Amino acid sequence: MSQMETRANSTGPLLRHVLVGLLVIIAVVLQLSVAPAFAIRGITPDLALLVVLAVALTRGGQAALVTGFAAGVLLDLAPPADHTAGRWALALLIVGYVAGRVREGSIAQGGQGRPNALTVMVTVAACSFIGVSIFVVSGLILGEAPLTLLPTVAISVGYDLLLAPLLIPAMLWLLGRGDL
Amino acid sequence: MSLLSPRPSERLRKGLEQRKGPKPMVRTPRERLNRRGSLETNADGGGPKGSWLIALILCCATLATLDQTPALEPARTAVGEVLSPLETGAAMVARPFTGIPEWFDSRDELRERVAKLEAENATLRRQVEVTDYGRSKLAEYESITRAAEDLGYALVPARVTAYGPAQTFNRTVTIDAGSAAGIRSDMSVITGDGLVGRVLRVTKTSATVLLIVDAASVVGGRVGGEDRSGKKSGQVGMVRGSGVVAGRSDAGLLSLDLVDQTAAPLKGDTVITWGDGRAAPYVSGLPIGEVTDTFASVRDSSRTVRIKPYVDFGSLDVVGVVVPGDTMSDRAVVTPEGELR
Repeated sequence: MSQMETRANSTGPLLRHVLVGLLVIIAVVLQLSVAPAFAIRGITPDLALLVVLAVALTRGGQAALVTGFAAGVLLDLAPPADHTAGRWALALLIVGYVAGRVREGSIAQGGQGRPNALTVMVTVAACSFIGVSIFVVSGLILGEAPLTLLPTVAISVGYDLLLAPLLIPAMLWLLGRGDL
Repeated sequence: MSLLSPRPSERLRKGLEQRKGPKPMVRTPRERLNRRGSLETNADGGGPKGSWLIALILCCATLATLDQTPALEPARTAVGEVLSPLETGAAMVARPFTGIPEWFDSRDELRERVAKLEAENATLRRQVEVTDYGRSKLAEYESITRAAEDLGYALVPARVTAYGPAQTFNRTVTIDAGSAAGIRSDMSVITGDGLVGRVLRVTKTSATVLLIVDAASVVGGRVGGEDRSGKKSGQVGMVRGSGVVAGRSDAGLLSLDLVDQTAAPLKGDTVITWGDGRAAPYVSGLPIGEVTDTFASVRDSSRTVRIKPYVDFGSLDVVGVVVPGDTMSDRAVVTPEGELR
């Protein structure tokens, strides 16, 4: 069994990593350049966060942890950003961890690898809330004056929920294809 | 077969896993590589993930700490170098779509925006107009100051606030300076161009001015320059208004009835007021206008000279009231030296 896995895994890890990396970069670029045009009161959807969620739901917490950290660092360092680096990294890292736990929980309860739609949506809402909150609160702690707190977080969560049904299935499919 | 099959019986595998028991340390390196739908991660989270979590959180803290120093600038620059072109490209490709949200602007929003823009427009236009007005006002004040210097009289500056209606056949205006500013009745009112009229009556804060174009206005005038015979003119006469500011062919023109019927002032001669310099109603030496034409009336054998006043009575704004030099006023007095007192 473990031999089989080793064989199966050895064929694709590079492809998977490249795929996840590409997704992260695309999400970050879109989030920074295109999403502002669709902003609601200046708040853009967190595409990178959705990618981390998708990774968590397909690959588990460990991969999502690393993906979240990488995507967060990228968001922290990419051009328009001027906040203290590490804030998005921390937020997305925790998002990846929490989403990974949700997947494990659903699997532990005897579900299949893919959680059902309701679980995904609840996870999206919770993770979006956690991620944005961590980002905002870390800003508070570091003395980088954030916007009005609660409305910002609320709109952000709502926007992510709006986009999740469109993007999450596509990304799950894409990441699933990458597994083969 | 089982090598190629992506998902053998998962329940079986799960059973196997459980029977084997968790061996996190051994499986850790492979866990994140496992294929979708398989159950290789530990249900309880496990130790390795915890250590990863802590390590990465520490990484975040390190990043945040490093960012307090310029240490991360090279990294920011590097990421910017790579991502900026991508962002530019994405923004360019997405430009046709980024306009989409505007289509969903509701009518109310558009109307609101139109109202806002109109208000802004009005504000800006008013600013522009007021700027012009302020500039011309400044010029008028300057001309008043200059007039005070030229004429040697102290002046109280004032603004015209109201015009008497034409249907009253009185050509009067109200100015915003009254007795509190040291103004008394029968004082002369001028602009930088010339004589405007005299003060009829005064309240505490305003004064009524009779313009020299009023039909009832009579001003002593003296023709400057030389007449046809070459001798110094200095002809004296009475300047009367026509009572019309605008609308007729002789609109705004004054007529001068010379005392000496034989005198014939030349066109372009200046007419100034005459008096003893202090006496009311008109102080001497104020320019009134210039001669435009002269005609003799056969009927009453008099000679009438028409005068075009220097002052444009249609657009009076800042005027000066000639006051004695020692006048106490609640506002600045322009002294003959051209200073404010």
